[in-house]
Amino acid sequence: MLVLFAIVVGIIQPRFLSLDTLRIVMLAVPLIMVAAMGQMMVLVARHVDLSIGSVLGFSAIVAGMAFRDIPEMPWWLGFVIAISVGALLGLANGAVVTIFRLPSIIVTLGTLSLYRGVLFLISDARQVDPQYIPRPLIEMSQTSPLFGIPWIVIIALGIAFATYLFLDHTRIGRQIYAIGSNPSAAPLRGIRVVPVTLLVFTLSGALSGLAGVMYASRFGYVNPSITGVGFEFTVIAAVVIGGVSINGGVGTVLGTVLGVILLGAVSVALPILGVSAFWQDAIFGAVIIVALIIDRSVRQSGIKGANLGRPSVNAPSVSTPSAGIGA
Amino acid sequence: MTNEPVTEAPAPNTAAPLLSARGITKQFAGVEVLRNVDLDFQSGEIHALLGENGAGKSTFAKIVAGVHLPTRGTLALNGVPVDVPNPIAAQRLGITLIHQEPISFPDMSVAENLVLGRTEGALLGRVPWAEMARNANGMMDLLGVKIDVTVPMRGLSIADQQMVEIARALASNSRLIIMDEPTAPLTPVEVETLFAIARRLRDEGRTIIFISHRLEEVRALCDRATIFRDGNLVKTDDVAALSDEDIIRLMIGRPVKEYLHKHRAEIGDVALAVENLSSAGLFEDISLQVRRGEIVGLAGLVGAGRTDVARAIFGIAPAESGQITVDGKAVVIREPSDAISLGLAFVPEDRAAAGIFGSLSVEHNITAAVPRRIAPRGFIARGIEKALALQSVDKLRIRLASLRQPISELSGGNQQKSILARWLLTEPDVFILDEPTRGIDIGVKAEFYDMIGDLAASGRAILLISSELPELLALCDRILVMSEGKMTADLSRAEATQESVMRAAVPKSGTHAQAVAA
Amino acid sequence: MTSADTDMAISSRDAAPPRPRWQVVLIRPETVTFLLLILAAIGASWLSPFFADIAYILESFTYYSEFAIVALVLTMVIISGEIDLSGASMMALSACLFGVTFQAGFPIPVAIVVSLVSGALMGAFNGILVIHMQLPSIIVTIGTLTLYRGLAQVIAGDRSIGKFPSWFIGLDYRLILDVPVPVIIFFVASPILALFLGTTALGRQIYQIGTSPIAARHAGIRVRQIKMGLFIAMGVASAIAGLMTASRLASVRYDLGTGGELQMVLIVMLGGTYIFGGRGTILGTFLAAWLLVIIATGMTVANIAINAQLTVLGLLLIFSIIATNAIYARTQR
Repeated sequence: MLVLFAIVVGIIQPRFLSLDTLRIVMLAVPLIMVAAMGQMMVLVARHVDLSIGSVLGFSAIVAGMAFRDIPEMPWWLGFVIAISVGALLGLANGAVVTIFRLPSIIVTLGTLSLYRGVLFLISDARQVDPQYIPRPLIEMSQTSPLFGIPWIVIIALGIAFATYLFLDHTRIGRQIYAIGSNPSAAPLRGIRVVPVTLLVFTLSGALSGLAGVMYASRFGYVNPSITGVGFEFTVIAAVVIGGVSINGGVGTVLGTVLGVILLGAVSVALPILGVSAFWQDAIFGAVIIVALIIDRSVRQSGIKGANLGRPSVNAPSVSTPSAGIGA
Repeated sequence: MTNEPVTEAPAPNTAAPLLSARGITKQFAGVEVLRNVDLDFQSGEIHALLGENGAGKSTFAKIVAGVHLPTRGTLALNGVPVDVPNPIAAQRLGITLIHQEPISFPDMSVAENLVLGRTEGALLGRVPWAEMARNANGMMDLLGVKIDVTVPMRGLSIADQQMVEIARALASNSRLIIMDEPTAPLTPVEVETLFAIARRLRDEGRTIIFISHRLEEVRALCDRATIFRDGNLVKTDDVAALSDEDIIRLMIGRPVKEYLHKHRAEIGDVALAVENLSSAGLFEDISLQVRRGEIVGLAGLVGAGRTDVARAIFGIAPAESGQITVDGKAVVIREPSDAISLGLAFVPEDRAAAGIFGSLSVEHNITAAVPRRIAPRGFIARGIEKALALQSVDKLRIRLASLRQPISELSGGNQQKSILARWLLTEPDVFILDEPTRGIDIGVKAEFYDMIGDLAASGRAILLISSELPELLALCDRILVMSEGKMTADLSRAEATQESVMRAAVPKSGTHAQAVAA
Repeated sequence: MTSADTDMAISSRDAAPPRPRWQVVLIRPETVTFLLLILAAIGASWLSPFFADIAYILESFTYYSEFAIVALVLTMVIISGEIDLSGASMMALSACLFGVTFQAGFPIPVAIVVSLVSGALMGAFNGILVIHMQLPSIIVTIGTLTLYRGLAQVIAGDRSIGKFPSWFIGLDYRLILDVPVPVIIFFVASPILALFLGTTALGRQIYQIGTSPIAARHAGIRVRQIKMGLFIAMGVASAIAGLMTASRLASVRYDLGTGGELQMVLIVMLGGTYIFGGRGTILGTFLAAWLLVIIATGMTVANIAINAQLTVLGLLLIFSIIATNAIYARTQR
């Protein structure tokens, strides 16, 4: 699909296939990619995290303020700070969701606003200006260790690969799939749902935190009212277009990576094709809806095959009354 | 990883039976569903558990498998007392329960489903994919089934899912495998495969508990059988020593408290007729008639398709083909609201999910189906609503503290009375009652029998679905029997006996199971 | 089958004694909302003399009236067991359609009709996805939230569309009996919807659907039609709110009502509506709207930046679902 897209756009507008374009796409996607890995894990576990945009902004601001106020701090500590802050915020999301058994989407809608508000308070609504962002950090978006691929792209790819190893090759990774695939059966097989769910939210927060420092690196500033706003919808669109099911249990790192790149490519291609950038959000929204419908029809055909089309009233499963709104 | 104390499987002691249950009693909220059961299972036997619905056989199996805790009684494995607090503990002791519809992780591969949750190894430990697939393939070869272990469970047939469950039991080296009505969704060929595997497992010295309704299958497969009735163990014997007649008599042989409704109703015109109703995979070619004043029973085993027919008639899941006639007029029922306006009423089997609005008041529950009566001009007239509800409460003697009480606070019998009251307010001509007395105390049951009799006497047509044969025999003017989605008998009052109904209800394995299960 | 047996057995206990009547009346989420409202009012008037001035509060309310009106309909949607997060985006798209139609030379009434119809269509589109494609409303409306606002951006670009005739603009400055018109609309809509939900058969059925959609269907309630009606009502209410915003701001832009979904959900949750459906009242939402206005205005008076106020709004949202859940869990048993 991605290749097809590149070819079609390439034919219409040969300029698209230039190295420059490739570079733009490469710089557009690393943040989305890193956060998408976290969001993907959350969706696989049959939850959703709407707060990632604010977590990104929060972590970026905290790291940026540290750079500004403690000039002697080594630049790499910014990563540590942002990731830790993100992890804490994610853990808080997970704690509210699991302790009170509330739908994650409403909880994270609340923390989306809560975290954004707190970040305004701690930053005094002041931007962290470019001169405070350490040079080495900014250079990560510009310089490259090999083949002209900037550092932040390499970080993003590294995260994707690590996520792949974690989800596909560790026991706990597989347990995340199991929980999303059949939450009521998971405890029957000895899987501890609460700690695993907490971990998933924490990782989502930590990765958004990492995306926060990458934001500082890529854009060279951190602004409380801009950084990360609306980011969650882009990421969710990328993840669902990558084939991750909102019904949990389904999703691959490769699919998510392709989804992210496709979305990045679309946003770069639109202006090149002469389509107004105003279409971007509408396309993201439509992508989410279409992906939902495709996911639904795939599921339905699968269920029919296995279930004789019978209502599952008599199914001998342990039902969880607080399964959440449709989630 | 799990917190509960690990109860390791005790060392084998060849003298003792593999599993012995002593004095197992189970109460659910004060109601005894299993009474003082003593039962031994030997190594290397296939042991059938037989009984009517609710006789206690499945409850017993679930206690053995750690799904339920016994209220009283002990279990011993190889002569050593054991605790089975949960399914994981059971698994660790080598006991596996295979559900009729296997519990699986539909999005994950067969190979993964086999090992998931097996708790050895660190959380961040690597998943040995190659080894896992190799083991899984080995397991499938061992079972002699051809299942691609790399595909997700979602795509597997129920039969193959059961095979995976059996493989899982073997992978965790279970010595006691409980199969809860495993053959119901299977085709004859699949049943044969299952039986071959079961025999092989037995020959390896494992024990299999086989729960089934099908006498032929029990005869073909099992060594010994235990028959449950009303929560009691009534007999354990070699299958060869039991005749079909014996088994049926033992299963239903409770002293039937004959209930006869006093005034037999005048039987009138056909109120509801159904012709050639079919829905793929659920039931086929169902025809029946119910006349005014007549109580027609619909008997059959669980899964025979009785409830599906009722749901089709009432428009909840309309049939794919066939004709419904109400009062002589051909009608199309797409929605329950269509059925209600035609004068039909349906008391569903699953009261908790489909009957009551649990958190709403008794009053709102009773008046739920008559919006036009309580709100003649769109606005609810509180006076009318309260009067209607009070009337119903008086008439059906519903015991409650207040009309505003949430209905979930009432007892099962009073909840069911409220549902009946809801339908009485719609003034229907035809009642479809699906297991109306399930989960209701004996004393209240008699009240229901009176009410059903009165309804018929007042000229209503009644289609009564019940798994309790004595109930059907006592109440009905005619009994229809369904088996595996088809109508197998239409017995008049004179012809209907426990034996004749049971004979028509027990599937003749292999004749048309294929068509239904396909 | 045995699982069904056991469930039945469990429910066949004898009738539990009902809760005392004072508990039924008093332990309700709306009571909490009401108490908070009084506390907030006392706190705010202690904070600033402005709050003794009714006119000031009424004027403050006009800024929130649009979201509050949509929240009234959202209350019913949530009671029916669904949710619609796309309200603010529907406001933006329908208002932009209004603006574009007007700019294309059509008279205002035609533009109003276009905007209302578009609202109904957007609501119906949500409804079709949820009811007929059987997708979870919470995710569907996240998608349409992005889609509708994106479309608003497509048709209006990033320019403001204005120059509306003077009779159309400044709705918030028009007073009837010293009360601004948007507040009047909210005052009129609340009791009408409360009457509808609380005293009509249809309103009753919305609760029944939210309590148990399966039982509702078995009782002959037209679940799908009613839910569809609610989604369409949500769209129309959003369109009306969009027009009110257009009048208040004298212009429309694609970012009209940004972030409104949070405020709408917050008002409904703060009013004690149960997130899982089946419980809640218009009265609760009505009180919660005033509570929100007093808290938000109080913060503004106390010189807390609008953006920092998000902290409180987010906390309130989380606190209110936890509290409502706890109250219902307690009274359920």
